[in-house]
This record gives sequence, C-alpha cells and structure tokens, in this order.
Amino acid sequence: MSEWIDVGPVEDVPLLGSRVVQTPGGDIAVFKAADGTLFALRDRCPHKGGPLSQGIVHGHSVTCPLHNWVISLKTGEAQGADQGCTHRIPLRIEGSRILLAASALLALAA
Amino acid sequence: MPKKLVVIGNGMAAGHALEELFERAPGDYEVTIFGAEPRVNYNRIMLSPVLSGEKAYEDILIHDDAWYETHGITLHRGKQVVEIDRMARRVIAADGTAAEYDQLLVATGSMPFVVPIPGATLPGVVTYRDLDDVHRMLEAAQGGGHAIVIGGGLLGLEAAAGLRAQGMEVTVLHLMPTLMERQLDPSAGYLLQKAFEDRGIAVRCKANTHAILGDTQVTGVRLDDGTELPADIVVMAVGIRPNAVLAKDAGLETNRGVLVGDDMRTSDPDIFSVGECVEHRGLCYGLVAPLYEMAKVVAAQLAGDRTAAYTGSVTATKLKVTGIDLFSAGDFGEAKDRQDIVLRDAARGIYKRLVLKENRIVGAVLYGETGDGSWFFDLLRKETDVTDLRDTLIFGQSYVGGAPLDPMAAVAALPDDAEICGCNGVCKGKIVQTITDKGLSTLAEVRAHTKASASCGTCTGLVEQVMTLTLGDKFAKSAVEPMCGCTDLGHDDVRRLIRAAGLKSIPAVMQELGWKTSCGCAKCRPALNYYLLCDWPEEYEDDGRSRFINERIHANIQKDGTYSVVPRMWGGLTNPRELRAIADVAEKYNIPTVKVTGGQRIDLLGVRKEDLPAVWADLNDAGMVSGHAYAKGLRTVKTCVGTEWCRFGTQDSTGLGVKIEKFMWGSWTPAKVKMGVSGCPRNCAESTCKDVGVICVDSGFEIHFAGAAGLHIKGTQILCKVPDEDECIEVIAALTQLYREQGHYLERMYKWADRVGVDSIKATVVEDLEKRRALYERFVISQRNAQVDPWAERVAGRDAHEFRPMANFTLAEAAE
Repeated sequence: MSEWIDVGPVEDVPLLGSRVVQTPGGDIAVFKAADGTLFALRDRCPHKGGPLSQGIVHGHSVTCPLHNWVISLKTGEAQGADQGCTHRIPLRIEGSRILLAASALLALAA
Repeated sequence: MPKKLVVIGNGMAAGHALEELFERAPGDYEVTIFGAEPRVNYNRIMLSPVLSGEKAYEDILIHDDAWYETHGITLHRGKQVVEIDRMARRVIAADGTAAEYDQLLVATGSMPFVVPIPGATLPGVVTYRDLDDVHRMLEAAQGGGHAIVIGGGLLGLEAAAGLRAQGMEVTVLHLMPTLMERQLDPSAGYLLQKAFEDRGIAVRCKANTHAILGDTQVTGVRLDDGTELPADIVVMAVGIRPNAVLAKDAGLETNRGVLVGDDMRTSDPDIFSVGECVEHRGLCYGLVAPLYEMAKVVAAQLAGDRTAAYTGSVTATKLKVTGIDLFSAGDFGEAKDRQDIVLRDAARGIYKRLVLKENRIVGAVLYGETGDGSWFFDLLRKETDVTDLRDTLIFGQSYVGGAPLDPMAAVAALPDDAEICGCNGVCKGKIVQTITDKGLSTLAEVRAHTKASASCGTCTGLVEQVMTLTLGDKFAKSAVEPMCGCTDLGHDDVRRLIRAAGLKSIPAVMQELGWKTSCGCAKCRPALNYYLLCDWPEEYEDDGRSRFINERIHANIQKDGTYSVVPRMWGGLTNPRELRAIADVAEKYNIPTVKVTGGQRIDLLGVRKEDLPAVWADLNDAGMVSGHAYAKGLRTVKTCVGTEWCRFGTQDSTGLGVKIEKFMWGSWTPAKVKMGVSGCPRNCAESTCKDVGVICVDSGFEIHFAGAAGLHIKGTQILCKVPDEDECIEVIAALTQLYREQGHYLERMYKWADRVGVDSIKATVVEDLEKRRALYERFVISQRNAQVDPWAERVAGRDAHEFRPMANFTLAEAAE
C-alpha cells in the first residue's frame, strides 16, 4: 500500500463545504475553504462526536452542527474557550486529485 | 577551452540566468539555446499590454539578435527538443538538430491547462501563453463579435480586458463564486467584478462550462445550467502546469515539476533546471520574481560558486489592466495565530487587507489603491515586527502614527435619498436637514420632528449615526450590540443598510458595510443569507453554504449524526394511504423510531443521511412534501376538529388551519414559526402559546400572537378580532411579513414583539389598512419563489454530492 491514498478529484469537494471519506477507522471529512484550501479532519467533534463535515465552514474553521463548537481546520483544535482536538489527516494535492496520508488513516483504525 | 552549456527553452528564466552568468564568468561557456518559439526572448508578462494595444512586440523584447551574437550564442529558433540523451550528454530536437553539453539547463517553462471538455480542440479555442496566442486573439478581435474567457484569475481577466479594448463583447466565465479567489477574498472579488462590469465586460461566477459548441469553428459555449452563449473566440485561461515531460522522459526526478535542490540541480548533477518547470521544496512558481531569484543561483552555480542557494520566494502579483489597481502578496490562509486587519471604503472602491502572524505581515491584498504595496511587501519579506505600527498600519506608509478610520463610514457613504426609517419613509437627507434647520440635538426631538425611528424603532442605531455625523461630538449615541465579532453594526442597522444601499449579495454587504473579517463567521453568514433572501425574494440566490445543516439538507440532525424526517400533514390531517406510505418507508429503511410530534405531525427518527433522498422519494410518491420541521420558517399549524366533529366548535378550525398552512408553507422567517387554530375558547389546539394562534368564536376569529412554549413559557397577546377567514389570513400574513422584515435572525416572534412593542405592531398590521395590504403583498410576492418542495428537488438530483461519501475504504481492499 502506498504512502498516500487517492480519495478523489479536488473539484468534488464543494467550496465552503465538505465531503466524507469512509474508512475502517471512521469517517474523514475533507473540507474546502473559501480560498480553495483543502483540509482533512476526523469527522468527529472533540466535544460530543458531532459530524464536523455537516457544519458551516468559515475562514479556516468549521462550526460543529451539534453544539456550535468552532474547530480549526488546520490543527483540528477547538477554538475560543473550548478545549479539545480532533485528528488532522495530512492531505496533499497531486494534479487534480486529493491524497490522504495512509499512515494517519491506519492510525485511526488501530 | 570553454565548456559547453546547452539551454532548453528561450524564455525569461533562461534569459536572465544567462545574463547573470555572462556577468559573473564571461567566456567560461559556449552556449547553445533551443527555443520552441520562432523568436528571440521577450517579456511574457507584458503580453497583456500587447493584447490591449498599449504596447507593440518590439516594446517587450528583452534580448534582440545582437545580444545573442555578442555573446556567441547559437540560437536554434522554433526547434523543440524531444530528447535528452544523458548517456551521450546531448540533446536532440524534433528536426534532428543535436547539441552536446557539459552542463545542461532545462528551462521548459509551463503549459497552459486546457479543460478537457467537449469542443476544447475546436479552431477558435485559444490559450493565453505566448505571442502566437496574442496574435490569434487580435485576429479574432478584428471581426468584432463575442469573446468568452474561461477563467477569472489574473490571466483570464487580463485577456478579457485586452479583448474588450480591441472592441469585442466579452464574457468572463468563472467557476468560483468570486473572481481571483486565490488572491482576493469575496469582498475584494466583488469590487473587482464591479470594475469589470463597469467597463462593459460581463462576468458570470459559479459558471461551469459544460461544452464548447461548433462543428468546424467555435460558435459558443454551453454552461452546466443549459445556458448557451455565442462566441467567436474562446480563451482558456484556467491555469498553467509545469512542463516537465522532457525531463521526466530523460529519467530525471519529477513530481509536479522537475525536482531541484537549493542549488537548482536536478537529480543529475550536471543538469540544472530553472523557471516555471521547476518544483522546489514542494512549490511551483508562475510569477517572474522567483524565476529571477532562481536564475541568479543557477548562474552562480554554473560560475563555480557551490554555496549559492535558492531558499524559496515570497511572491506578489499585480493585475495588469489599466485603470484597475490590484496588488496581492503572501499567504491568506487563516489560522488560530493569525489576525486580519481589513479596511473597506466602498464609496471610493477601496479594499485593503493585511494578514498578521506574531505581529508580522504574512499576507497583503490591496484593491483600488495600491501605492503602499511595495512598502507592505517589504515589511512582509523582511518579517518586520509591526507592533508599533499596528494602529495605523493599514493606512499605509504616509499615515504611520496617524488617526484610525471613521467607524461610521457606511452611513456616511449613503446618499441623501437612502431610506433610513422604513415605517415612516424617512430618508437620510431629511433627517440631516431637519436637525440642522431646527437645531435638534436629542433622539426624542428627531423622532418628534421627522418621525424617523418613531414607530418600531429598529432603525434607532442608524438615526443615531446620522445624528452623530451631523452634530459631531455634541451627540452621544447609545451603544448598539454588534451582530457578531465581524462587525460593529447591530442587526437592525445591517438590515436597514441592506435596503438603503440596495445590497444584494453577502460579499456586497461585507464590503459596503465594512466587515472586519474577510469572509464572516457561522453567526453572521446565516443571518445575512436570511436578510438578503427576505429583502430581495426575486433576485437573491440562496446560499446553502451559509445555512445550518438542517436547512441545507432539509432534515433534522440528531445527536448520533442521523437525521429525522417529518412529512407535511396540512393542518394535522392525514389518511390511511399516507399512513401506509409512512409505515412502508419506516420498514423499508429500518427507521428505528416513529413518533408523533407536539405539532401533530409524524416524525421518522434515525434515518441515515445517505438514505434521505430515497426516503423522500417514497414519501413524495405518496403525495407528501417536506414538513420543514427543521426550518427557521413556518413549521406547523396545529388544529382541533372544530365544527366538523366537535359539539362546542364555532368555526371550521381544521379547514382554516389547512388553508393557512397551504398559503404560508415554505416561507423563511428569522426563527421558527409555529401556529395553531382552535375551534372554540376551550383551545384544544393550544393556540395561546404559539407564535401565531387563532381562537375561533361565534362572531369570528381572534388573532393572537407572540406566545411561546419553549425556553420561555409565554401566553399570547391579542392582536385583533376579524369577522371572516379571508381577513384572518391577510392579517396573519401581514404580521408574519412584518416579523420577517424586522426580526433579528434567530429572534423568536415573542422577543421581536417585546423589542419593537405590541402597539407598534398593532398600529402597522391592524390599524393602518394600507400598510397591512402592502405587507400582505410583499409576503405574496415572496411566496412565489418559496413554495418549492425541497425534497422533490433533491430527489431530482440537486446537491447529490451531499448524500454520497466521496470515497469508501471500509471494504477489504483498504486494509491491504
């Protein structure tokens, strides 16, 4: 298995939105910010496990749809007074494809 | 004996490297250049002025024939190298010309990216990369006609401006919602779009080209939404990619581009690479400044300085369209440790944004006034600590230590005829004039003399700002609670300004009203989306990405990430066929819980997101539509059985409930709206704790409002009594419309009523028939576009991506 896993084309992720990648270790949310930057996080809010992929994306943050925690897309950390962090998955673009780090996916499954 | 240097590529990077080399080590090398273009080295970044007619080819030459001669260079023009034979250390061109090298420099540049859509290879489809492309465009422009430019980035916009200057009708198609989204935030993109539209260039954002039309020659393009636009020429300007094919074929290490180290050597130590074909530390560059920095290092290395190193570049770009000033440099990514300083002056068309990290500038965008670009860029490159400059940094170099910006710019910029008070139709000029003429100094006086802010009072903040503008320090206005951290304006002020200034998009609001953040937050974006939808029902296009998930996918998210689905049951009525369909759906999709709600509807709980479209399709087939049980909008009208069955019933309460629901469903409101109709004062439908309730009595209908049974328990207040159903519906629609127009986003009806006063609402909806009628009409107009079943739309394929994972690795192969 290669080091990077192709999960689909860049254009499949809507601007200011997200798509889900299902893995044995749980869902990964791939986000696209207003400036086109892509991020990948484990799709679970550190607070009560809310699906971050369903939240509103603003700047380089997403607001969890369950209880409005704001999570940094870059670090996975909760913003403001809230404490907690979800897993960030290394992501890179090759041509028009999105690749996620296999090691990070395996770590989730372990 | 000079060494043999062969250069593949005769562009700007190679030319600059040679200039540097001849200066450092004259006579050390015997140089041979292969150029695919049949001409000498010219300044590619000046192609846009050539296209627009402001410059000629001769003006943009960098090296003329004499230069090549002086330095004894053998230039093979129009000869494309097809092979690098590393064993024999020679390169071979397509026509067989070969040259041996001691050192090789690969400077093959980049290729324009062509979107692989049908028709992309038709004659008349051009890219924008070299002088031949410019000639093709100029030729097309001679016949006038229509040009379509695909791509609203730097290059596309320059091409569009050039073609327009040559007299063509130009349309820019851009996939993203705003222009140049890589460099600009949506507000600056909005200003840029306005500037292009002002020069007669049509701009269509969110436009995905489906196909290029024509049999033997381009005739037009078709967009994804089916729109067809005529075109005599189509320019593809969607981006470039490094041209690394030759290097890859020669066995050099490549990724996106030719991989080089800090010494600009490829994986073969005798082969260097420079320019846009290169990938250095994971980055490929498409701007001239980094290429020149790389060229210097290559020259030093070739001259024998093994310590010369290239460590990467910070880049800045400018749009080369005469009359439009735009500068962008650095990195605009947001992060916890970064802060934005934004200056917006809509009246002068100016936008400036600095991104700071640890008190240092890491990104800068200037639009409309770019004079300080080089100063900011210098601070950025030198990583200067700007702590001491911070207060006035955004105003530029000449204002260091000056005064900060006027917070009332948005109101100051309004024209005199902008309406400030909607209830009484008072404009800004009238208020200013009355204050001056009559020497007023308090809000109460202004209310008394102008009637502004004297009714519902939602414009009080604006009236106070107008007073401050007129009276200066003599007037102390009360503090308004801002909508969110992105603005100093309160909800009322934002709503009034949207109407007064005719703002019709979220970026327009953020730009014109001086938003302090670049793109808003999860608090202001849904609010603005609602305000725009309410104010411009026939023009504003809903922004799903600024909606909470429930409204985005039309189901209610539950604690485990599953959804609940509530079909609409008009007035709470159902029948065996619908019940059977609901039962079938529950079984078919293993829906774990079926529950009757407090609003007399049936809730299917625990539906998996990917099953939603299929669940909706089955319910649609049985004639049921979305109950909007998730919406900041009309949810249910609860009823009792009224005269049809009840021995106490005075009117057909079920029938009236059905009528109200059928008339009002689909309307969006500041917060959820629940209604009830009770057939007699025994009030079995519990109408007196609803947002709007009707109590039927023998002589007619008592309309109640502003009740709640949620966080707060509140009984309703009586609005009025009317004799018949038609008037009852008219009053309720007018009341709802007034709430839609005055309510703060997420403010329930009872809170709105507390804030603006029941008397003010009664005066407008009950006592003033003309106003009631006008509100009713506006509600009716809004409903024309609102009553679309969101489930049916999604069953038909809208937002299909929402319901499908992008990829699924849960099956066995993922574990390999």
